Amino acid sequence: MPERLSHELKSVMEKLSLGGQLVQYLFTGVTVGSIYGMVALGFNIIYNVTEMINFAQGEFVMLGGLIMVLCAKVLPLPMAFCVTLAAVTAIGAIMERSTINPLKNATVLTLIIVTIAVSILLKGIAMFIWGKDPYMMQPFSGTEPLHLFGAAIQTQAFWVLGISGIVVLLLTLFFRKARYGKAMLACADNAEAARLVGIKVNLMVLLSFALSAAIGAAAGAVITPISLMEYDRGALLGLKGFGAAVLGGLGSFSGAVVAGLLLGVVESLCAGFVSSGYKDAVALLLLLLVLFVRPSGLFGNVEASKIKKF
Amino acid sequence: MSRGNLITLSAVVLLLILFPVLVANVEAISHYLDVMVFVGIFSLITMGLSLLMGYAGQISLGHAAFFGLGAYTSGILCVKVAVSPWLAMVGGTLVTAVVAYGVGVPSLKLKGHYLAMATLGFGVIVNIVFNEEVELTGGPSGLSNIPGLKLFGLPLRGELLFYILVWSMVLLVLIFCLNVIHSRVGRALRSIHDSEVAADAMGVETARYKVMIFVLSAVLASLAGSLYAHYVGFLSPSSFNLLFSIRLVMMVVVGGMHSLWGALLGTWLLTFLGNEWLHVFKDFDILVYGAILLFVVMALPEGLVSVVPRLSHMWRRGRESEGGTGGT
Repeated sequence: MPERLSHELKSVMEKLSLGGQLVQYLFTGVTVGSIYGMVALGFNIIYNVTEMINFAQGEFVMLGGLIMVLCAKVLPLPMAFCVTLAAVTAIGAIMERSTINPLKNATVLTLIIVTIAVSILLKGIAMFIWGKDPYMMQPFSGTEPLHLFGAAIQTQAFWVLGISGIVVLLLTLFFRKARYGKAMLACADNAEAARLVGIKVNLMVLLSFALSAAIGAAAGAVITPISLMEYDRGALLGLKGFGAAVLGGLGSFSGAVVAGLLLGVVESLCAGFVSSGYKDAVALLLLLLVLFVRPSGLFGNVEASKIKKF
Repeated sequence: MSRGNLITLSAVVLLLILFPVLVANVEAISHYLDVMVFVGIFSLITMGLSLLMGYAGQISLGHAAFFGLGAYTSGILCVKVAVSPWLAMVGGTLVTAVVAYGVGVPSLKLKGHYLAMATLGFGVIVNIVFNEEVELTGGPSGLSNIPGLKLFGLPLRGELLFYILVWSMVLLVLIFCLNVIHSRVGRALRSIHDSEVAADAMGVETARYKVMIFVLSAVLASLAGSLYAHYVGFLSPSSFNLLFSIRLVMMVVVGGMHSLWGALLGTWLLTFLGNEWLHVFKDFDILVYGAILLFVVMALPEGLVSVVPRLSHMWRRGRESEGGTGGT
């Protein structure tokens, strides 16, 4: 959540009752949280197939937002949304083919550094194209906020919730029903065995990068009208998304969504009632606590996490 | 110390002595002495990081935080409490050692990606604290008027004196680290790097060694931070952000993370690139950094130091074949 929104909220807040404030913060939290949840899903998809963490995950969200701003200027919204998704998906696929795929048998350290390098590169390219200033975007439908339970809620928040709901639904269907989805899950279970039964693991890795790039792009595209977007937003979004992924148990899709929402709400309540300056620290502190106390996550399976390599 | 290390060390010392003389005589690069002071300061951090990454096989994406802790503790103690700079420096290392131990013990139980993210998260939190505790740190507008250092009552003014101080420290730390590598501790660390399970089975106290080297690298970073605070005289949170942590890791990786010499080479190269040669790119230096890092990891996973033996090998082979044709 950007500073601008915080200030707007502050001025609105002063006119609201405590109950209204609570509703307001909860709603903001759920909105931001669903974005964290989507970023966490992106982490999980790649982690499940490759057992690696893509440190460039947050950059997909940033690129999604900025490309959406660009597309929305010339195209009608639905078209712009699709073009954005396609563009970022392509970027994710190119990233996998050019940097991850050529590295056979790389160590964890190398993989971490490679994805960090890509994230710096993407950030640099974004700065080259869009400059340093944050970009605004019109909400998808109307600027007039909705009044609910004594709180003022931006209509875009419903778009965020709706789109993330659809993403979760489609993903669930994909992994349960689709041939490719099942094949990807098989790689997650055991890549060697998957290869033996004729699944092209190589292709599944590519698919996982493309898919998580697409999800990141969707998150970026819907959140930009609320939070603006600039070139260096990716790192923090990625970090919080990772926090959600760990909190929910790395690899667990439902855990990621719940943890994302939880993280968003805690952060928003902290920003509202404690200190807005430390709201970013709260999410990270929570991440550290979970990592230190229960690395398998709140909803994760301790036994399962022991089997995983990392 | 091995013969190879001794030769390289002598060459480095010779270069370090010649450098100020050379620079003083060429107007166009006279400010390089200042850049070299920064290279020295950053080298203190990257040598520790090299031990941690290249030898113990653990990654830290939060070392800018330890650098910052040293710098801010020094700065705050000197400016707000009027403690003598040297005492403040010791204070900084103590604070950092305690924090590093507190973070290190639970963090180093984590593997691979988790550890990277934990240190990353820690680094970002510390940076937020630097920004938010305005009363202490001055917040985003920074902490200024940090006094300079004095040695035996003599104020260390100017680049040359600081250059001598910083690089003497670097050489001491370098010799210390080289000895660590070839000691029992060094062997233990390398065994952790190769296989933690195997090391454990052989009776190496992996947990203890990992925390030890983590704290050592944090203390070195803190020391560098204190020197930075007194040399620059002004601190701002943006000097200790995530990007700087990543740049430190880059210095180690680009130079070659399995060698302390690599860390020095990488630090030298990237500091000169960042402070001098990439100014033409202005803000877009980040693009160049990304490209360099990606290139090195993909094409030269052993870092730039690995080029030297490879080149000399090629040269020797070339000469041999030349000699061969000459003989017949």
